[in-house]
Amino acid sequence: MATNTHETVSACVNDHGSAIGMPQLCNEWMGNQIFWLVITLIVIFFVLSRVALPRIAAVLAERQGTITNDIAAAEDLKAKAAAAEDAYNQALIDARAEAARIVEATKAEIKADLDAAMAKADAQIAEKAKAGEKTIAEIRANAMASVEEIAKATASEIVDALGGKADAKSVNSAVDAQLKG
Amino acid sequence: MAGTAPSSEDAGLVFHPMDQFIVKPLFGDGPVQWYTVTNVTLWLILAIVVVTAIMVFGTRGRAVVPSRSQSIGELAYGFVYKMVEDVAGKDAVGFFPYIMTLFMFIVSANFLGLLPMSFTTTSHFAVTVVLAMAVFLTVTIVGFVKNGAGFLGLFWVSSAPAALRPILAIIELISYFVRPVSHSIRLAGNVMAGHAVIKVFAGFAAVAVISPVSVVAISAMYGLEILVAFIQAYVFTILTCVYLKDALHPSH
Repeated sequence: MATNTHETVSACVNDHGSAIGMPQLCNEWMGNQIFWLVITLIVIFFVLSRVALPRIAAVLAERQGTITNDIAAAEDLKAKAAAAEDAYNQALIDARAEAARIVEATKAEIKADLDAAMAKADAQIAEKAKAGEKTIAEIRANAMASVEEIAKATASEIVDALGGKADAKSVNSAVDAQLKG
Repeated sequence: MAGTAPSSEDAGLVFHPMDQFIVKPLFGDGPVQWYTVTNVTLWLILAIVVVTAIMVFGTRGRAVVPSRSQSIGELAYGFVYKMVEDVAGKDAVGFFPYIMTLFMFIVSANFLGLLPMSFTTTSHFAVTVVLAMAVFLTVTIVGFVKNGAGFLGLFWVSSAPAALRPILAIIELISYFVRPVSHSIRLAGNVMAGHAVIKVFAGFAAVAVISPVSVVAISAMYGLEILVAFIQAYVFTILTCVYLKDALHPSH
């Protein structure tokens, strides 16, 4: 130990301050290293086991809980979404059925109205046709009478114009015979 | 080691790859007593600060949706917790704070050691042997407390032929007691070797012709060291879990 020079305070260091051999094998430093190492390990152990590790464990547990809760909530919401979709689809099916029913009812109603209107119109048309036929028959009868009359008058006139003496009775019978013929 | 040749001061190339591991008092030049505040103390305290910053201040928000700093703490927690659960079994989660302490200490000490001019506490056997012995003693005590004499079944391979069992028992016994040695030397050796190699390359950087190669080599080694810093912490932790599993379920 402490010999003549200032630097040489250790058997493991030479006069120039360089190591003699491996400093790892220097006996006189080991006690110092072990002493401080033990203190260090004890301090680290207490810092970790009393403060750091419980804190991190709590944080990790909390995170795990949060994740589990979130997953459960997500499952819940998913189920709700599925239920809502089912309800929507059911409503859609119901609405379609309702719409089909309404279309069917409306069609039937319109058809009934249409049929009634058609029947009424047919009756009116038939009535009008009958009236028309009657009018036509009347007109035709009138026309035949007029034709006879005009023919007789015309025949008389023609006979007169030819210088004959028109005998009303014979003219009439002649015209009648012609008209019949 | 280069330090053993004092005459190297005169030469052009100066290698002191092991000087970075020297333990020095922080205040004054006196001898290093067991209670002296040294550079070891400083970097151990910085490891406490880093662990506290990541695990306590990073998570102070306690947010369900984590902030970036909180994610780091949760990542470390989840990483080690899953390792304990998967490797050591569900009944080992009681040891989770203990294993988490080991992992967080080693990983932060390793990464702090990668800072330029820093002192790497995990490069010293005194440190890693304490860690490994703590694991060894814990595992042995837990094994006997939980299983009583049944813990000795760990050394008695009942599935092997009867004639082989005594030989296997001796091998198993030796391998059991070698565990803390390999456990501690693996960590310190990896960290120390990487740092020493970087220092050697740094020594070469003084020569103008080689310095570009040297700088590239330092960068590459540094990248590797970042990997090693994490992997060695991981290996130490997972081996602790494996040993713990042996203690809890000693049957083969």
